[in-house]
Amino acid sequence: MSWRASAFGNWRRRLKVGVLSVLGLIVVVGAGGLAYALYPRTMPQTQSIEIKLQPAEVERLRLASDFAAIADLNERSVALFEEAGRVIQHPRCMNCHPQTDRPTQTDAMRAHVPWVTRGLDGGGASTLRCSTCHGDTNFEPSGVPGNPTWMLAPIEMAWQGKTLGDICRQLLDPTRSHMTREELLRHMTEDELVGWAWHPGANRRPVPGAQAEFGALIKAWLETGAACPP
Amino acid sequence: MSYAISVNGQVHHVEDDGQTPLLWVLRDTLKLSGTKYGCGAAQCGACTVHVDGKPMRSCTLSLERASSARITTIEAVEGADVRAIQDAWVAHDVPQCGFCQSGQVMSAIALLRTVEKPTDRDIDLAMSGNLCRCATYNRIRAAIHDAASKLGTPT
Repeated sequence: MSWRASAFGNWRRRLKVGVLSVLGLIVVVGAGGLAYALYPRTMPQTQSIEIKLQPAEVERLRLASDFAAIADLNERSVALFEEAGRVIQHPRCMNCHPQTDRPTQTDAMRAHVPWVTRGLDGGGASTLRCSTCHGDTNFEPSGVPGNPTWMLAPIEMAWQGKTLGDICRQLLDPTRSHMTREELLRHMTEDELVGWAWHPGANRRPVPGAQAEFGALIKAWLETGAACPP
Repeated sequence: MSYAISVNGQVHHVEDDGQTPLLWVLRDTLKLSGTKYGCGAAQCGACTVHVDGKPMRSCTLSLERASSARITTIEAVEGADVRAIQDAWVAHDVPQCGFCQSGQVMSAIALLRTVEKPTDRDIDLAMSGNLCRCATYNRIRAAIHDAASKLGTPT
């Protein structure tokens, strides 16, 4: 046998051994994978999630009497309105006082979903009314808030994008608020839709204090000359 | 508690919690499964039914409130406008997966009953609460225009 034939034989043997090893490895891995896949084991079970929506903590509102120590009437009036401003500029109120025809929602005051518009009366377009989704009361199963008079504030009463001082001057201007001072006080103290902001349902954060306390602040502000922050 | 509820012209006596969403009464109790559950939070419009002729989301309407109203679902809504919508939907091959379509159709019918010849903006205003994950919006809009024009054509 020449050296060439011997080299050729070695090459063939090496190839055979190499291919057989690879094939053997594939068979072993395949069989192992199949055994792992088919090995009986307990299926994962559905587990209840313990996290529940927690009612948001109620923030305290300072009482009108807390401001009696401020001797300067004008200064006291501004301070009273600034405290009331914690309610006025809260997302629960601001969301329905948009500067466009579209309300906002959530604490982040993002655009309302679905896309809706105020319509002629603030209650939505004639073909997609607010009442299509919003009922007379908050509906816990869906989390959709509700009130019998659910609607947007008139565009002249837009609060979003304005300073508290601008909102204050707007409230006192009957051409924009459409309210006398008596009507304004009644609106803030007794209006049911305003009152919703203290009972917003689901996990929405209510405005600070209580409506009566807020009303008392507005009353005291009006009685002290209804001064506005700058 | 027992509630008498008028659905598709028939009064049903339903024994359930008054806060049960109408959607579940329709689907589970009355077996009217044409009305779909999409989001359960009035965000998608798949559960739209007519309540005293007005489109409303049945996922956010309580059985208690619904019991004082006349409910119409996709299974029984009828009229010339319904046939026009149906024909236009077929002609334009509107549905893709079809899941949202009963809600879309109920809103489209209500639109044509309010606005005879809706413009694109009218359609946007009325249909913006009905989402379609297949994004068949262009075909929906074309079909509504088509149905409106057919309804306006004397036969």
